[in-house]
Amino acid sequence: MAAVNPAVFLLTVNGQIEGANFPEYDNLYCKYCYVYGHDWTPTSGLEEGITQITSKGSMSNKLIWNFPLETTFKSTSPSGWPQLVVSVYGPDVFGNDVVRGYGATHIPITPGQHSRTIPMFVPEPTWRLQKFTSWLLGRRPEYTDPKVVAQGEGRGVTRVRSQGFVTASFHIITKDMKKLGYDTGPSTTQPYSTDWSAD
Amino acid sequence: MASPPSDSRGKVRKKRQESLRKEKENDIQEHQSSDEDPGETLKRTIRAQRQRRKKLLEQSQEDTENVVEDISPFQHKDEDAEETARATEPAVWSTPPRAKKSLSNLPPIPGSQHLDDVMTQRLKEKFQAARTRVEKIHRQESSVKPTSRLQKLKDRETVTRFDREPDAEMQDISQSLSTRVKFREAVRKTDTGIPTAEEAYNFFTFNFEPEPEESEEQSKKSPTKQRTAGEDEDSEKEEQEEQEESDIDRANQDEDHNEEAPLVQDDRDNLFVTEQSTEDFIVVKKAEYIGYHKRLQHASELLFTPSLRPVPTCVKLPENIKPRYLEDEGLYVGERPPVSLTNENILENRLLKSAEGKKWFGDDGRIMALPNPIKESSTRPPLFHMEEELDPALQTVFRKPVMSKQENAYFAGVGDSAGDFQLDVDVSGLIFSHHPLFSREHVLGSRLVQLYDQYLNRQHNNLTGRLTEKLKGLRTALQNMVEIHGEENLTEAQQKRILEYNVEIKDTRQLRDREQEKDRTLLKNIIKVWKDLKTLRDFQKFTNTPYRLQLRREIVDPELDEREYEREIMAEIIELELEAEQEYKRKWDDYKTQLDKWKLWRKKQKGKKKKSMKNKRKDTEADSEDEDFSDSEALDEEAPPKPEVPEKPDLNSFEQNVREKASRIRRKPGEPILIPELSATGNITATEQCPRAEVARRMDVGRRMLFVRIIYNDKEVSRTDSCALNSDFRVHFGQIFNLRIINCPQSICLQVFEEAGTSSSLLTQVFIPVPEPSVLTGSAPIENFEFSSNQRVTFDHEGVGSDVPLSFEADGSNKITLLTSGKLACCVSWAIGDDDVPLAPPVSQQYGGTHSGLGHLDAVSFIGASGLYDLKKIGEWAKQSRLDPNDPKNASIMQLLKVASSGEVTAPDYFRLEQLQDEFNFCTDEELDSSKRYKLLRLRNQGVPEFRNYKCVPALEREVSDNVFLDYEKRLKEGDVVDTKQHLDSHRAFVASYLKKIRESVINRFLLAKHRYLLTDLVVEEEIPTIGGAGAGLLGINIFKLAEPKRPLKPQRKERKKVTAQNLTDGDIKLLVNIIRAYDIPVRRPHNNKGPPIQTSQGDLCQIQVRPFVEVSFQRTVLQTTTAEGPNPSWNEELQLPFSAPNGDYSTANLQSVKDEVFINIFDEILHETGTSDSDKQKSIHTRIERHWLGSVKIPFSTIYSQSKIDGTFKVNTPAVLLGYSKERSHNPNGYDGSVSGGAFITLFITIEPQLVPGESIRERFDSQEEESLLMAADRFDREAARSHPDRPCLTTVIDLNGKTVFITRYIKPLNPPLDMLSDTTEPMSMVARFVSLIPSLPDRVSFSGNCDLWTTCDQFLTFLAGDEEEHAVLLCNYFLFMGKKAWLVIGTAIPEGPTAYVLTYDQNRYLIWNPSSGQHYGQYDTFCPLQTVGCLVDAHNVWFNIQQYSSPMRMSFDTSKTNLWRPFFSRSFAHPGLSSVQPEQMVYHSTDKSTTVELQDRIEKILKEKIMEWRPRHATRWNRFCCSALKQFLPKLEKSGGQDLAEGHRHELLSLLGDHKLDSRSPSPLRLRLTHTSMALRQLTPVRLSFLYMFDYDLSKY
Repeated sequence: MAAVNPAVFLLTVNGQIEGANFPEYDNLYCKYCYVYGHDWTPTSGLEEGITQITSKGSMSNKLIWNFPLETTFKSTSPSGWPQLVVSVYGPDVFGNDVVRGYGATHIPITPGQHSRTIPMFVPEPTWRLQKFTSWLLGRRPEYTDPKVVAQGEGRGVTRVRSQGFVTASFHIITKDMKKLGYDTGPSTTQPYSTDWSAD
Repeated sequence: MASPPSDSRGKVRKKRQESLRKEKENDIQEHQSSDEDPGETLKRTIRAQRQRRKKLLEQSQEDTENVVEDISPFQHKDEDAEETARATEPAVWSTPPRAKKSLSNLPPIPGSQHLDDVMTQRLKEKFQAARTRVEKIHRQESSVKPTSRLQKLKDRETVTRFDREPDAEMQDISQSLSTRVKFREAVRKTDTGIPTAEEAYNFFTFNFEPEPEESEEQSKKSPTKQRTAGEDEDSEKEEQEEQEESDIDRANQDEDHNEEAPLVQDDRDNLFVTEQSTEDFIVVKKAEYIGYHKRLQHASELLFTPSLRPVPTCVKLPENIKPRYLEDEGLYVGERPPVSLTNENILENRLLKSAEGKKWFGDDGRIMALPNPIKESSTRPPLFHMEEELDPALQTVFRKPVMSKQENAYFAGVGDSAGDFQLDVDVSGLIFSHHPLFSREHVLGSRLVQLYDQYLNRQHNNLTGRLTEKLKGLRTALQNMVEIHGEENLTEAQQKRILEYNVEIKDTRQLRDREQEKDRTLLKNIIKVWKDLKTLRDFQKFTNTPYRLQLRREIVDPELDEREYEREIMAEIIELELEAEQEYKRKWDDYKTQLDKWKLWRKKQKGKKKKSMKNKRKDTEADSEDEDFSDSEALDEEAPPKPEVPEKPDLNSFEQNVREKASRIRRKPGEPILIPELSATGNITATEQCPRAEVARRMDVGRRMLFVRIIYNDKEVSRTDSCALNSDFRVHFGQIFNLRIINCPQSICLQVFEEAGTSSSLLTQVFIPVPEPSVLTGSAPIENFEFSSNQRVTFDHEGVGSDVPLSFEADGSNKITLLTSGKLACCVSWAIGDDDVPLAPPVSQQYGGTHSGLGHLDAVSFIGASGLYDLKKIGEWAKQSRLDPNDPKNASIMQLLKVASSGEVTAPDYFRLEQLQDEFNFCTDEELDSSKRYKLLRLRNQGVPEFRNYKCVPALEREVSDNVFLDYEKRLKEGDVVDTKQHLDSHRAFVASYLKKIRESVINRFLLAKHRYLLTDLVVEEEIPTIGGAGAGLLGINIFKLAEPKRPLKPQRKERKKVTAQNLTDGDIKLLVNIIRAYDIPVRRPHNNKGPPIQTSQGDLCQIQVRPFVEVSFQRTVLQTTTAEGPNPSWNEELQLPFSAPNGDYSTANLQSVKDEVFINIFDEILHETGTSDSDKQKSIHTRIERHWLGSVKIPFSTIYSQSKIDGTFKVNTPAVLLGYSKERSHNPNGYDGSVSGGAFITLFITIEPQLVPGESIRERFDSQEEESLLMAADRFDREAARSHPDRPCLTTVIDLNGKTVFITRYIKPLNPPLDMLSDTTEPMSMVARFVSLIPSLPDRVSFSGNCDLWTTCDQFLTFLAGDEEEHAVLLCNYFLFMGKKAWLVIGTAIPEGPTAYVLTYDQNRYLIWNPSSGQHYGQYDTFCPLQTVGCLVDAHNVWFNIQQYSSPMRMSFDTSKTNLWRPFFSRSFAHPGLSSVQPEQMVYHSTDKSTTVELQDRIEKILKEKIMEWRPRHATRWNRFCCSALKQFLPKLEKSGGQDLAEGHRHELLSLLGDHKLDSRSPSPLRLRLTHTSMALRQLTPVRLSFLYMFDYDLSKY
């Protein structure tokens, strides 16, 4: 197994979508998927998932999903590093299932434990009457694809409103990255070495 | 009132302001009058008032009586004001003035008359006395009070009140003067105290009437009035006058009132009368009034009004610190931004009020400010013409910001093997020369140590001894010189030498004396301090320091010493005498010359005087000017001072001086030499024996810990351990830190922290210079860096503290203030690596990145080496001239100096534009080219089709397989070399390659546009439901929907959600084909025995004319419907065919270029019973199912994609000869005319699931050679058309092959078709149409992968032999025009093409619509005409847009002359500018030679045969030669018939020909032959060659 000259490196993402903080909404669930570049292939684990519906406790203001993430990617180059895309849905006043937020974050590149708070946002209706009717009919604007939030192209034409936060924790393990010349690990030499970019 | 209320209000306000202004000028009379007579005099100007007042002043003398009467009641009201008030206005106590006013207006009330005058007079005097008293008080206050407050009070008057009771208000105002007395009384009353219980009760319970507000308002105003009164002049007389005046005014006003507004007043009085009824129930109390005075006091407690006065500098600075002016010290101080002085004063006052306000002030006692950033003159050139285009030279260019700081300057070459740099910081220890915890003894001890150190240092240097030796040497040298040469024969040079010697001796002597003095005083000081220390020890009875001073005596020989001493003194005296003599000589010479001068001057003066005397005598009456002149002239010549005779030096005094000095600075002869020796061997008294304060101090010392933080480039990198402070105030760290660095060292700083218990405080910080690269660890000495801290520390124990005055004298005099200070011993050096290589940056890079990074950026070094030669000189000059480094003007020079000081500068001898490019280059270009991996990555990034979706580019070079690029490179190669085999002939090959090139260029052009997104691309949003209105009133419909049946019988198709194509994967997309029904399917001919080989069974199938089914094939998937019966079957079946895009790329562009077609074939199913077999036990019947092809429809996928759905009835392409079938005519008498559109039809609905967003047309404007006005008009025309009829396509401009916009009419021009085509046939039009239709069709969007429509001219079209409907239509239209027909181009929509172009002709009083791609023509009223919508008509001169109600050709008129039906583009208002055509003058056709045709024919035949054999692999295919030749014979006839249905005769002929041959039923050869024939026939006719390949594929794919 221990190849002397590996051709690919592996990135194992363990972790969980811990929960969310949407002060105004309740009974939400979350969908997640990964967006990655051409050189990446998921080798094991779920690429997409959908959580249970969670409602807030009487004491807490936080939604807890604790939805596990376990995916291993393999890749040949760091370009197109995987991003976790989460989208949160839940019922509105009239019981229609509407989107409550989109968000994305890169999978942390350094091995170890990380916690990420992902700010969420939703597209805004183009004008006010639209806003009203979309509220009334429960058909709010959505992205054609949640993966849009992981890419930069074309975002300039949209307008969004910020909604809340989703927290996710990651435990990252990488394999063979150093052998392929990518050093992402924290440097262990001098305390001053935060400024060391290359060695 | 004459003026409307609002008007008067404005005027009142204006007047008030006016009056305010006046008030400032202390024009009180003015103020009062303006304040008093607002009613009538509002309309007048101030000046008018003055005039009027003057005039009235005389005649109003008699009115004074009235005044008295007016005032008197107020005095009474002191006692019974309330009652009087209640009598008139019950709810208000302050309204009496008004009541009075009303009284004065009315005939006087008898009550007021009975007061006798004496009484009145007395009261009046009293009142005035009181008033003056109050005035005095108020004047004091009013001077402080800002005027703005007054303004505010006045402005506070509510508007509505004026509106309601303008009259009353006016009167109030006018009365204010008289009322003020009253108010003042009230002030005095309320001033004294708290309201009574009754008052309080009233305040809370009383139900105030609307009036009270008014009164309150008045009371609010009252301070104002009082204040104005306060500003009044003191004198009674003036007061009197003033009152008179006011009364005059009032009288005046009264008249006005009487004249103009009696009604209103009456009303008011009536009003009060009605209110009197409430008087009994209401207890009226004075309102709460806090005196102005008191309020001011309150306000002053709460509010802080910053003063406007400047703040004295001493307040702004910390105590005992004098302001320091950097500018005076010669440093550059930027110009401060301009702030008005008052504002600055206010701010300063405000700041000082706040805590820590002083920190805002700089050393110079002013508020700290950055230099004024605004330049005096605008550096940007002014823009005069905002609307015009900028001059290109002035266009701004975006530049990336450049880091100005050198923070991120890295060592060049970091990352190389040699790029490891390491600094070793050795922090060895710390010695305090003063510390807050020092005891007094420590202070002395440290002083002693310092002095001793100094002594040792001096002793070591031994300056005195050296200077003495030098002096000795000089003296002997001089002596020798004099002795050798004697006094006389000294050359000039030697004399000069001697002089120099003398000067040198003098200097040296003085120096030596000074040093000797220093030595002496130092020694003295040491002894004194030691003595102090000893006395202190004795005094405090314990010892803190181990210092002991011992003085060693060195006995000298007194005689020798004496002699030496005397000799020294003598020598000095002699020298001094000599000097004095020389000095005297020099002075004497000076005196002489000056005296001569003076004498000369005297002579002159005398001569002049005489002259002037003579002159005077000459003309006694001479003008004084002349005299003055001469006088002044004389005065001008300054009198040289009369020199004084120099004194002779007193030689005797020299000796005395010298001896005095010697005794002062030198050891007395015979006195022993004292050598102090300091040792730290003394005993320190044990702690137990010390007093309490000392013990506390020692404890405190014990608790102190110290550590040092190492700050590198402003970042903490490390810190030492905490070390305890020893009792001798030394700390030893002894730690070495290794810093591996990549940043250039800017600063190294050591921060000393002191820890006491848990808290630590920064004691001081020491900056350490960055070492030279040559300073290496091991060789670098430890240096002591002195530091000090100005923190103030005091203790309650023996510790002396820091920054605290301290005296050692008994009387407390001679105080000294000691600051914490000490020395830090440390050493910074570059480390040495394992292999003895210094880990220091190369010498050229030293001084760190200041030059390695930015130095390369430096302009000077980039100019080239030439400028560098002078750098050193510049540096010297800059050092000499002491440039201020702060001055921005010097910035460039300072940078230069840095370069210069760094020594060697490696300046490149070239000029580089992007200096940092090299450092950012990932690898060299050669590497990039040679590496296969990089190439792969690059190609993928560029979006080269082969690699666009390449997954997992290998991480390593060697894993990239060599054949990855094979295809790509092959394609690149093929770009030039065309494979002729694939094409039928070379011309086709050439065209194909040419098309490819065009395609590439078009793709490149559209790459940019592709990246433009619309909101709909990203966000799915429900369309806004419109309520009612034309078209889809969604909301309205939604409401109706509620009442709709849940499952309607005929459901409407609904709009589906559109999906952007790029997110799809394989299998997501399905093609839905809904086959509904068909009409007029050919029926089986009742067969005779000789008939075609179809052997229908005798039985049940006889009645059935035809059993058709439909087979749909798309992308290798074939599906079929069930079999229906009869010539007009109805299937109503939905077939789903999967769709997969090539390369798995579902981008819009890729989908558009999908060339696949949907084939819909109609077959007839025939059952054959092949007979029975008895071999089995029971009889079984074998049935053979045959299917006979009847016709087909093909629809390209690109059409479906762009249309998103296709819904309609299509004509089935049936072969010309269907053996065994006959077409059944519909014999419906009242139906449409079947003859026009005979043939079979099929109704289809095709769509894609999910619905894909069709590619947007390019949102880009192309350049054009058309005139701007024309383009604008075209734009407008298009826009209007789109607005009024969005579903009708309108086309005015098109894009030609060069990507330029061309007006559409330029394409229409009569062009000649091939001549023989016209001559040969009887129906030239159909012939031409057929000719055009045979040119292969290739949609633009397929060829150019973007949804752009390129129009080619006809000759280009014929050269390319490919084009879409527009080109066909244009060509056909041009042919028709040539043939003299009336023809138009019709832009419209048709099924299945969507937006397309047809040709309309007008011939023999009927309009014909020609489909250019099929060659078919339809009458205007043909139901099966594929043209659905007519958008506009185009001919060579104009474009008409259809503005009729209907757009279907059947229901509209084609008469373009009617402007209410057709809107012309060029009309009278915008005439046709005479656009020339883009088409060629004439078409040139070349005839093909026979041989190539034959060759081609053979080739086609061969390909066909091969294909057929290939498709039937299991059977040997044998070709019947006779049959073939027979069919070939038959083909020309077929072609002659022009594709029309064969006449019966033909068919019979064909049948007879083929009758004997049993053809494979599955290869309907007539069709194939016809195709061959068709192409051949056309080949002979025209030079245009047809694309057979398409047709072949079409045919063969059916099997």
